[in-house]
Amino acid sequence: MTTDAVRNAWYPVGLLSGLSVDGEDSLLLGEKITVFGSDDGTPRVESCGHILPVVQRFGHLWTSLGAPDKDLFTIPEADHPDRTLVDVGVVRVKCSPLRAVENFLDVAHFPFVHTDILGAETHPEVRDYKVEIRDEVDEVWATKVEFFQPQAAKSAGGGITTEYMYRVPAPTCSVLYKTCPPRPGEWDVIALFVQPLAEDLCDVWPWMALFDDESSMTDLIHFQQLIFLQDRSILENQIPKKLPLDPAMETPTRADLTSVAYRRWLKRHSYTYGAQLVAE
Amino acid sequence: MILYDYILSPSCYKVRLLASLLGVQLELRAVDFHPGREHKADDLLNLNPAGSIPILVDDDFVLTESAAMLAYLASKYGPDWAADGDPQAIALQHQWLAFSNRLTATLGGARLVEMLNFEGDLEALQSSGVVALRELEAALFARRVSGGTFLVGDAPSIADIACFPYVALAPDGSVSLDPYPSIRLWMRALRALPGFIEMPGIHRLHELAQDPLAEPDS
Ligand SMILES: N[C@H](CCC(=O)N[C@@H](CS)C(=O)NCC(=O)O)C(=O)O
Ligand SMILES: [Fe+2]
Repeated sequence: MTTDAVRNAWYPVGLLSGLSVDGEDSLLLGEKITVFGSDDGTPRVESCGHILPVVQRFGHLWTSLGAPDKDLFTIPEADHPDRTLVDVGVVRVKCSPLRAVENFLDVAHFPFVHTDILGAETHPEVRDYKVEIRDEVDEVWATKVEFFQPQAAKSAGGGITTEYMYRVPAPTCSVLYKTCPPRPGEWDVIALFVQPLAEDLCDVWPWMALFDDESSMTDLIHFQQLIFLQDRSILENQIPKKLPLDPAMETPTRADLTSVAYRRWLKRHSYTYGAQLVAE
Repeated sequence: MILYDYILSPSCYKVRLLASLLGVQLELRAVDFHPGREHKADDLLNLNPAGSIPILVDDDFVLTESAAMLAYLASKYGPDWAADGDPQAIALQHQWLAFSNRLTATLGGARLVEMLNFEGDLEALQSSGVVALRELEAALFARRVSGGTFLVGDAPSIADIACFPYVALAPDGSVSLDPYPSIRLWMRALRALPGFIEMPGIHRLHELAQDPLAEPDS
């Protein structure tokens, strides 16, 4: 269902570094769009002969089918000049765009899906953490999420307990902040920007802003692609396909608290694209 | 030995997998295949004009076809993995290596369209992939009836390694493996081999993972 909240949101539609001046066809919320690069730094997106609004941010081109009532969110931490900005590239997944975000918010799957990298089967426990909907910024936040990780990042030398913060600043985007192995006191930033092609199909654009002077750009891209491709096969097999927003279908466990808050927040905004409102 | 490698490439994984099964160390050079298309840039085109990966470099000896790399690694480090002496076994192994190229073109093509947004006729790729899977299922079923587990002879060989990755990743291109019981048993047998390694979409056998609560051997 495309409510105003759905049409007025910003969505990623391409890597700024990968746009074609001849235009490339894509889909947004089931509607055909064409994304054009340009030689003078003014890419554009068209839909049925209309020019759509665009924003260039985080290495991606963003657009909206409606009239966004607020600017695309920012990630101030990512502006630090020492950070390496990593365009990971698109991965297509046959799942609800909201499922892709929900999975990203959940640390409990690490030991089983990212075995020996982001989690170990011997350390599956998720400790208490804090989840809130921050009304002043209208975002979902989970903080103090601690988890044991055999290889938390390309830059991690061995197993460490990693602290995470998760943030949902837009319905199909999530940003996580995690312990940065080479720079204690700073956070690595990893984001998942999701372009909903249909209610059960999305293009996922992972993006990172890391402190890592050692690894090559290709190694950083591959580390994240490795992780995300492990998620992809899980995402494509989730049941029900659409994300249930009916509270009766919630079965909260500690690890799920962020997911519960995310679903409530979507419901509050009537963000229903890729969602299932009543049990089927 | 240097392997120009991409973590999501099943063709590169074939070479990494056999090297691991043989206990051979490879020096990996990560290629930015997606989104960077580094395999189509000058440096790598100089090494492999076909513009594909993997590329294996052993001093000044360069190989650009994964099937040839498997044959090279086997004859150098694991003669049991390549047929030798028996003309029919040798020929069958060649046949499966050639067959594996059909899997790359069909199931692999469907996977690139479905997963990384590459251009291609998805339905045609999927249906020719299914034709290849049916042939493989029939061959493995025949092997099973005569007591065999692997494609050629009594032991796993480069024929199995060449065919395994694109088959196992068929679901990435929306081709289901549910209709092929012999293929699934064969994949299980391969995943159980000592030295087996994973790639995204091909998980280790969890049942065989070490039980953390088990008493250590004493
Ligand atoms: N040369 C074949 C094919 C390998 C292959 O298809 N590699 C893919 C990556 S998995 C590739 O580089 N494709 C780019 C292209 O062929 O243009 C082999 O070594 O088996
Ligand atoms: Fe994951």
